[in-house]
Amino acid sequence: MIRFTDVAKRYPEGFEALSGVSFQLERGEMAFLTGPSGAGKSTLLKLVTAIEKPSAGKLSLMGLDIGALKPRDVPFLRRHMGIIFQNHRLLMDRTVFDNVALPLHMAGVPHKDMAKRVRAALDKVGLLDKEKLNPVVLSGGEQQRVGIARAVVGKPAILIADEPTGNLDPALAADVMRLFEQFNQVGTTVLVASHDLALIARLRHRTLYLKQGRLVSDGLEGAV
Amino acid sequence: MSRQGATTARVTAGDRAARNLEHHRDSLARAARDLWATPLASLLTLLVMAIALGLPMGLHLALQNLQGLTGRWDDAAQISLFLKPAVSLQDAEALAGRLKAKPGVAGLRLIAKDEALAEFRTRSGFGEALGQLDDNPLPHVLVLTPAAQTPEAAERLLAELKAEAAVDLAQLDLAWVKRLAAILAVGQRALALVAAALGLGVLLVTGNTIRLAVENRREEIEVQKLVGGTDAFIRRPFLYSGFLQGALAGFLAWSLVATGLAALSAPVASLAQLYGSAYALEGLGALEGLGLGLFSGLLGWLGAFLAVGRRLKAIEPG
Repeated sequence: MIRFTDVAKRYPEGFEALSGVSFQLERGEMAFLTGPSGAGKSTLLKLVTAIEKPSAGKLSLMGLDIGALKPRDVPFLRRHMGIIFQNHRLLMDRTVFDNVALPLHMAGVPHKDMAKRVRAALDKVGLLDKEKLNPVVLSGGEQQRVGIARAVVGKPAILIADEPTGNLDPALAADVMRLFEQFNQVGTTVLVASHDLALIARLRHRTLYLKQGRLVSDGLEGAV
Repeated sequence: MSRQGATTARVTAGDRAARNLEHHRDSLARAARDLWATPLASLLTLLVMAIALGLPMGLHLALQNLQGLTGRWDDAAQISLFLKPAVSLQDAEALAGRLKAKPGVAGLRLIAKDEALAEFRTRSGFGEALGQLDDNPLPHVLVLTPAAQTPEAAERLLAELKAEAAVDLAQLDLAWVKRLAAILAVGQRALALVAAALGLGVLLVTGNTIRLAVENRREEIEVQKLVGGTDAFIRRPFLYSGFLQGALAGFLAWSLVATGLAALSAPVASLAQLYGSAYALEGLGALEGLGLGLFSGLLGWLGAFLAVGRRLKAIEPG
């Protein structure tokens, strides 16, 4: 599903954010990506989401070579992914419903199917009664769950989350992680970037540990 | 990898077409809502564009009315053939019949010398003096309207007619025809230049407005790109916005010009009356107004297309 082969990312000003990273994430697998600030977690996620291209090595996503991907094909690749951000990136001038429906709009799902699918996604994250509200009136935890509903509404093959629990209290963070596990149990590949080692230790999934742009450990949390 | 993405694996081509149609409708509705959301700013932008469109339209109408005032080209370009005194009425009629069949002649009227004298007697006030004449000194006259629309073609026809044996004198007020044609050509060229300059202005105003709208929605565009929005999809509401602004400005320009004409029509009619004329100003027809709206809408669309295309490529989610 996701295959890194000796991948490096060097920025034009000379900073090397990743170097010699190799790993493979199989279909239906769940893994954490962790490491200290500046270790290269965000850069790795930018490569996976085709925001950036590798400077060296090969990154293959669902059999596609990201380095060789044409810009016009990137949107179609992203429709197979659900992306969750620490700062939610919700559109505050739209309702919760409209925010969650956004990927379906992009994919050309007709209106008649859209409502059913949006409500199913909101139901999964426990926000069915908030669909008409504006995200600005929701708590941080609720906003994060709207972001998760938006990420999963299109039934993506891969779910990618960048510090999804960064702004949440431990109880809410555990709730969010339980949601990811539920999506993973139905076959979605999940990659979660987090620096919350305590949370990672509790959940015991495969953990990729980055340090100064290099993958220094790959295994269960205990190994980290 | 499917081009539609995971979410639409079961979406048929018919569904996609229906959804496309829905998106066009949604984009238009959103463009209208955005315009309405900032009424004062929108009105000011539309007024600037309407004035830019209204100026060449006003100039076009001024030229149209000038043409109406100076008379039509074929009236001004009539050729008068004065036949030789010895030519009989029968010969004049035969010549008239022959010339009427010529391809370059659109119309022909024979004024017999008796008819001409009678008319002269009535109009000149010299009836008594003319009664003293033994013979009618006036010749038969043929008045021709050339089919050609250019002074050059009329001049060629005149040369051919001069060569006719029965013709004593052939007359065409060519200088006037040439002057009029030259004045109108200058006016039309000036109109084209003004229209091009102001059309470019409309393009730039729309482009700039849309460019600012793109910047204001930068965050939204980034999110759209992250969830799989193509540039074409993201661009569409902006194109509708440009078209809507252009079209509304066109209709506003139409109403501004119509208001200007309405304000001028009474004094112009009074002035014409003083010269014994029933002349009235010509305005813009509904079809022309519709054409103006559509044309300016297309200008707005083009301005938006040029502005959005480049900006969208530059906006990438970070």
